[in-house]
Amino acid sequence: MTYSYYPGCTLKTKAKDLDRYARASAAALGIELEELPDWQCCGGVYPMAKDEIATKLSSVRALLSAKEQGRDLVTMCSACHNVLKQVNHDMATDENIVTKVANYMKLDEPYRGETKVIHFLELLRDGVGFDELKKHVVKPLKGVKIAPYYGCLLLRPGKVMAFDDPENPAIMENFIKALGAEPVAYAMRNECCGGYATMENRVIAEKRATAVMDNAAANGAQMMITACPLCLYNLTKNAQGGVPVKYFTEVLAEALGVKEEA
Amino acid sequence: MEKTNLKERILEISGVNPRKCMKCGKCSGTCPNYDEMEYHPHQFVSMVEKGDIEPLMKTESLWTCLSCFACVERCPRSVEPAKLIEAVRLAVIRQQGANHLKPQDIPDKLDEDLPQQAIVSAFRKYTK
Repeated sequence: MTYSYYPGCTLKTKAKDLDRYARASAAALGIELEELPDWQCCGGVYPMAKDEIATKLSSVRALLSAKEQGRDLVTMCSACHNVLKQVNHDMATDENIVTKVANYMKLDEPYRGETKVIHFLELLRDGVGFDELKKHVVKPLKGVKIAPYYGCLLLRPGKVMAFDDPENPAIMENFIKALGAEPVAYAMRNECCGGYATMENRVIAEKRATAVMDNAAANGAQMMITACPLCLYNLTKNAQGGVPVKYFTEVLAEALGVKEEA
Repeated sequence: MEKTNLKERILEISGVNPRKCMKCGKCSGTCPNYDEMEYHPHQFVSMVEKGDIEPLMKTESLWTCLSCFACVERCPRSVEPAKLIEAVRLAVIRQQGANHLKPQDIPDKLDEDLPQQAIVSAFRKYTK
């Protein structure tokens, strides 16, 4: 099946691994990710204010482009996913924003949030199915204790993201199990690592990231996985702890036996 | 801006109704950056409700909120404190010359691994 794909700015630059391992894994699973033409950066943070219009337009353009292609829109980066999904929710529920966007873009027919935005993890769970994914695993990650790190962006706000139970998620644990590895249970898997503070106040980012990593390490983590380039940076560069942090797509590609060719 | 007008403006752009708050303190209890804030999420709610917004516009807490949505998710009354903090932050940076992050400050903050996501996010949060 073919999906529209929104990689986002960081996957073209510092997070190329997140992208290329995803593409190789998708190909191995028979999923076609077709990159949207002319996509623009989502801005990285969802603009919460009711009167923000311009900052939502790049997301709307991507959503509309997927609608025109008649496809679901797949995201890979946690931040892109959060922004696109929340803007899409505005477009489905806030008439004022719908009208202003339609006027600005001179749309014949207003965009009303018709596109379905799905994160690649959701595609693996709901489109492929973790049982099916397990069948494609050629190099099971036996005995590896992996701490799933959700962070804040994939899960919250729970009512809008509808990704999983925001306080007791299972999707990454089930993903880890499907790859033959062992998920580590730890309390801070869905607490913020403080990554957004890294340019404003690195001490804050370091404190928060270290707290998360300490908690994962105390529960036996040999590795942490994430879908967010900023979490990966913060946990790798700012946290004191030394637990290796990888993109979820890298362990996926490894288990599927396509890591080397990616 | 006159006190009442400023309050109305904050309520309008945030879409938040602080009168829904039942003062349980859960938003501040769950805030991962509580220790780094002068005014905590529950204080943003109560001070906006009282129209006491000037101190909030001057506080460093505007820049230490992590926008992680923990307070939004865990509020039993769906008050959404983070949206009030964002509205006050915008009331500050939308003013002429009041950008918190200036492009000339960026080069000193870069390292070779810093993801673009950090830069675009900082601009969106701290600059208009």
